[in-house]
Amino acid sequence: MEFLIETILSGLMAGVMYSLVALGFVLIFKASGIFNFAQGVMCLFAALTFAGIMEKTGLPWPIAFVMTIGVMVFVAWAVERFVLRHLVNQEPIILFMVTIGLAYVLEGVGDILWGSDVKVLDIGLPSGASDYMLDNFNIYVEKLEVFAALIAAVLVGFLAIFFQKTRIGRALRAVADDHQAALSVGISLQTIWVIVWSVAGFVALVAGTLWGAKSGVQFSLSLIALKALPVLILGGFTSIPGAIVGGLIIGVGEKLAEIYVGPIVGGAIENWFAYMLALAFLLVRPQGLFGERIIERV
Amino acid sequence: MSAFVDPARMAGHSGMEKGEVLLRVDNVSLAFGGVKAITNISFDIVKGEVRAIIGPNGAGKTSMLNVINGFYHPQEGTITWRGKVRRKMKPYEAASNGIARTFQNVALFKGMTTLDNIMTGRGLKMKSNFIWQCLHWGPALKEEIEHRRKVEEIIDFLEIQAIRKTPVGRLPYGLQKRVELARALAMEPELLLLDEPMAGMNLEEKEDMSRFILDVNQQFGTTIALIEHDMGVVMDLSDRVVVLDYGRKIADGPPDEVQASQDVIDAYLGVPHEH
Amino acid sequence: MLYREAGQYKTSYQRDQAIFPIAQDRWVVWTFVAVAFLVVPFFVNDYWTNAVLLPLLIYGLAALGLNILVGYCGQISLGTGGFMAVGAYASYKLMTSFPEMNMILVVLLSGGITAAVGSLFGLPSLRIKGFYLAVATLAAQFFLVWLFNKVGWFYNYSMTGQITAPDREMFGFLLTGPSALPWVKYLFCLTILAVFALIAKNLVRGRLGRNWMAIRDMDIAAELIGVRPLLTKLSAFAVSSFYIGMAGSLLFSVYLGAVEVGEVFGINVSFLVLFMVIIGGLGSIVGSFMGAAFLVLLPIFLKNFMVDGFGMMPVTAKHVEILLMGLLIIFFLIVEPHGLARLWQITKEKLRMWPFPY
Repeated sequence: MEFLIETILSGLMAGVMYSLVALGFVLIFKASGIFNFAQGVMCLFAALTFAGIMEKTGLPWPIAFVMTIGVMVFVAWAVERFVLRHLVNQEPIILFMVTIGLAYVLEGVGDILWGSDVKVLDIGLPSGASDYMLDNFNIYVEKLEVFAALIAAVLVGFLAIFFQKTRIGRALRAVADDHQAALSVGISLQTIWVIVWSVAGFVALVAGTLWGAKSGVQFSLSLIALKALPVLILGGFTSIPGAIVGGLIIGVGEKLAEIYVGPIVGGAIENWFAYMLALAFLLVRPQGLFGERIIERV
Repeated sequence: MSAFVDPARMAGHSGMEKGEVLLRVDNVSLAFGGVKAITNISFDIVKGEVRAIIGPNGAGKTSMLNVINGFYHPQEGTITWRGKVRRKMKPYEAASNGIARTFQNVALFKGMTTLDNIMTGRGLKMKSNFIWQCLHWGPALKEEIEHRRKVEEIIDFLEIQAIRKTPVGRLPYGLQKRVELARALAMEPELLLLDEPMAGMNLEEKEDMSRFILDVNQQFGTTIALIEHDMGVVMDLSDRVVVLDYGRKIADGPPDEVQASQDVIDAYLGVPHEH
Repeated sequence: MLYREAGQYKTSYQRDQAIFPIAQDRWVVWTFVAVAFLVVPFFVNDYWTNAVLLPLLIYGLAALGLNILVGYCGQISLGTGGFMAVGAYASYKLMTSFPEMNMILVVLLSGGITAAVGSLFGLPSLRIKGFYLAVATLAAQFFLVWLFNKVGWFYNYSMTGQITAPDREMFGFLLTGPSALPWVKYLFCLTILAVFALIAKNLVRGRLGRNWMAIRDMDIAAELIGVRPLLTKLSAFAVSSFYIGMAGSLLFSVYLGAVEVGEVFGINVSFLVLFMVIIGGLGSIVGSFMGAAFLVLLPIFLKNFMVDGFGMMPVTAKHVEILLMGLLIIFFLIVEPHGLARLWQITKEKLRMWPFPY
């Protein structure tokens, strides 16, 4: 029984990580209608930069963290200036493929700047097992994972307020609906895009840091981050709660499947289980858990 | 005008005579969630006529066309096509049953040339199998050329020879509408649904389009149902008019009668139309 | 000035619908084909075949297949690597189970098996579109690679988990295995590519191709004029996978000889082939080859230029290559979303007018 609970808990925690990456996707998709394939690599890039700055300069982590935020804002600016600005009103599929190119660029730049060896990201985040849970319930829970869950909760709350209550949030939603209409009422697309890509970059940094602290900063991080895609399918592309719930479902489902189904078929099904789950789900409910049903018109 | 289709054969789709009821809509209702788009509408379209569907914006006209060609499925009511009650039908099945359609917002295949767009409309008539298509030889080649000839006749008919090989995305709006009509004609339909064929056109283009519509109707005997906002055009072209408002039918009959109906004047025209 | 079509009148629809309606184009193409078949085989050596020609032909075939799906039918796929793996493992099983089977048949059957698998993963395309479909094909990618890694039957329970191509002959000449002759490999791949490029061209200019493009450009309108969406999309998946499967089969049996699935058919291959299609030109047969040539030659060029020329570390050069590839993709999508093929077409149109454009 304890083992089942432990499995579910660790699945939930992994799910939180997926949710964090998915959150970045949702932000950009909501504000610009772009399906940002590079979000996973952005996590890697942010974590690499963070670790790289600390390694090369020896600065304390809060300063390095702020510097990394600066770098991510710069990336956001560059993406807007050199890429998005030239692609206003292009077909979504073109924009999607551009972000694949962007993923390659970020990966290349990150590798050239900081090298491709595995980096340890030690910024004094809590680690080891939670004694409280172990003593009272005889359940093994990583402190880091609990911490990650807390961070995720704070971020989501912050973003929800940002989107619903602020003037920028309203402008963001307007841009998401229709680029041209938003332009015509005097919203600056350029500013909005820089802001939203910066926020997504910040979310990527948080996700990358938490992940890097857990298992080191390395290329596989961007592949794990790809799992945010099935999460999005479950949750719907435009829903922040969807990203969270989807992440948790995928996280738990994956862990349970690995332990109870994995041995039967040869193991290591974590690689594809999430995608298959999403695929099966798509066939039943194409718009996702929280997405709205689309009525097609001609 | 070249007789690109043998009128007798066209009319012979179903072997129906002019004046018989081709399509009948009985008590049809359609709703999206709680929103009722169409409420309890009945009317018919007889073989060989030009039938206009008019009404203010949001009256359910386009939804009605969508129901007729199987894009939406009504919750209630029946549709009788060629004398038989039609079961739930997919759009491509409606197409192969002789219902063609143009769209309110031009829905051409933007990456293809005018010629290819119209050739796509002939797809249902082409039968050569996959292997011959791979080789582009034998029956497949013969078929391509045979249908190219038909398509060229339609191109001549609509006077769009000059833009034959232009990608349609580059054409001005008026010509795009004409290509769309060409594509629908290529299907040699028995019933042609036109959704605002003259929207956004200038007077001259409207006159051209009206002439094409009448020619199609008279030369080939194609039955036409059209939605149009220009009352002058509607009154001139159509044999009978059905008027919708808020998803309900408020009048049905010949143009003069409908124009005189007090319901219609109240709901839609505001003042009697002068032309 | 030589490139003119003045005086060439097309007197029949057949002539007007020819693949190359301009006479000069026909001459160039025939010359090119003649050189490729009759001259090149006498000059190829191991280096040229292995580094340039075979990858070019094989990736060209894969890019052609993917272009049918993405460029002509508008359905995104990120599962190319996985489908190539299906082709490779299918031909391995065929070669080891039926040693007498002709290699051409092996390649064709591998394509057929891949087509079946591809259609299966194409089924969701009826209900889902765009990005959703991309994710669905990612499922195929990860699942297939895992499958070939885990299930021993596919690699005949070999200790290493690798598959190795046994020696097979074609017309008495050794085609596969370590001691196969370069020109035999080259001619074999070239023939398959040439034949299937022609078939692809025939398909896209016929009814099926028009239906694919109709679905791509406006699926709802296509359905309303009588194109059956599921059948059309599935046929695109099937044909596309057939080509990709053949490419996978050739990559394994003729080119590499031995394959470890995770390395050779990973998700990077899916991206690589997709990039070839984008850079070469979405919806263009000749563009697929241009894109393949570009991305096969680029790393060789970069390696010679940076590592040998500037003494850069090979690993850094690899990183620069990744960066450059990304930049190129972005550049092409911004400047010319129809890729090299469109640039080529524009050049030709200018040439027709040259030197008096007005």
